[in-house]
Amino acid sequence: MSGFASVARAVAWRGIHNAFTNPSILVPSLLFPFFFFTAFAGGLSRVSDVPGFDYPAGYTAFQFVFVFLQSAAFGGIFNGFAIARDFESGFARRLLLAAPRRTGIIAGYALVALVRWVAIAAIVLVVALLAGMEVLGDPDELFALVLLGLLVNVTALLWAAGVAMRFRTLQAGPLMQVPVFLTLFLAPVYVPLELLSGWIHAVASVNPATFVLEAGRGLLAGEPVEVATAFAIGVGGVVLFSFWALRGLKSAESAG
Amino acid sequence: MTAGPLLVQVAHLARRSVVRTLRQPLNVVPSFVFPLMLLAVNVGGLKAAANLPGFPADSYLNFALAFTFIQGALFATTNAGTDLARDIQTGFLDRLALTPMRSAALLLGQLAGVIALALLQATLYLAVGLAAGVRPESGLLGVAAILFLGVLIALGFGAIGAFLALRTGSGEAIQALFPLFFVFLFLSSMNLPRNLIEIDWFRTVATINPVSYLIEGIRSLIITGWDAQALALGFGLAATIAVVALAAASVALRGRLARS
Repeated sequence: MSGFASVARAVAWRGIHNAFTNPSILVPSLLFPFFFFTAFAGGLSRVSDVPGFDYPAGYTAFQFVFVFLQSAAFGGIFNGFAIARDFESGFARRLLLAAPRRTGIIAGYALVALVRWVAIAAIVLVVALLAGMEVLGDPDELFALVLLGLLVNVTALLWAAGVAMRFRTLQAGPLMQVPVFLTLFLAPVYVPLELLSGWIHAVASVNPATFVLEAGRGLLAGEPVEVATAFAIGVGGVVLFSFWALRGLKSAESAG
Repeated sequence: MTAGPLLVQVAHLARRSVVRTLRQPLNVVPSFVFPLMLLAVNVGGLKAAANLPGFPADSYLNFALAFTFIQGALFATTNAGTDLARDIQTGFLDRLALTPMRSAALLLGQLAGVIALALLQATLYLAVGLAAGVRPESGLLGVAAILFLGVLIALGFGAIGAFLALRTGSGEAIQALFPLFFVFLFLSSMNLPRNLIEIDWFRTVATINPVSYLIEGIRSLIITGWDAQALALGFGLAATIAVVALAAASVALRGRLARS
């Protein structure tokens, strides 16, 4: 096994083990999507009666896609916290010394984020189906939705990893979270883009998260829109933030 | 320190608490910025909800402004809890226990920072609302009532934070409980009035959730005027939470001081 793969595997195994055996790590990342799904799909379902709201799969499905993608993004961010914690405890520095190929460390953390998110997304999906969510997309469209989620998850992880490796402290947590939170909430969260007006419409129209969100909703409803743009944004995000994370790794190496 | 009257003791600790709270930008800034940020996002995204038949306000901003006060108060819980937990962890509380200071003074003094912060928060939220075009139906006296209720809610939430800090002695535990407090906010009438919540179980939960009545108390002053029932429930529950939480915190404080 190459140095890269062995490092990635070791980091991933440790991270997955920690994530699934430590309730204080697992529970918050599970609870957040539930809170949002319950509050939005349960508390705001009357919003689907607003004139002009015409999402065919209903409000539960409309909100499910947001929560699905949000859980993907925050799954990545929560893993950024784990990286910062590893630096605070000194483990990451020992890892940097021991790893024959340090880029494998980032790959390992990315694998942890993916596995954690897949588990959480599966549970959220089951809850949504039990809550009566309508799925109108075919299996290929649903697979594409999952792929979009994976791209969002890895992009967010790479962003958070870059921040964590530059600051090497949990105090940088807000810096990891807030930009992602803002990007997500400045997209059409509650109603489709056409029903937004004023400044939020202007911001949402150019927000990359809007394209991903609308593509995801289209895929779930069996009426795909902007799918190519959404995937281009997803892949672009992974490429762009890979450089960001690698530069962060260099910064951590320089700091010793 | 000599044993002075209760008010002098409270004043000493209150000054320390206020200065300490306001000197921590990482604690203070989010409590001002996040509620306003969420308000901007929600108002932008849910503006169309004001077109629903039976919606009680002309604009969604008028309806949503009340929620910022509750979210601000939530920060009071974590600020008060984290500060007190730090005093426990650093041994400051143990050193205070050696002085003739009364436990009531200690608790009230610790919460002074929360009250000062809550007043600043409430003033800012209200000022932003007024600048954005909100005109409270209850008039100038209503503005004072909104500020008072906002501070009373923050005092109650802050006392809950203090109670938790005294029970756990850990700032991390307080921070970890933050998402749980959020559940109460989300499962309330924060986004829509209860009669417009379509899902039965959600409406039931929002109806038994005290946070709904705290929000509705402030909201009524903004969109309705002087609604006796909403105000009685809002002020009554806020006062009850404050009294119960302060009593629980004072029992927890006595227990901790006895152990130290």
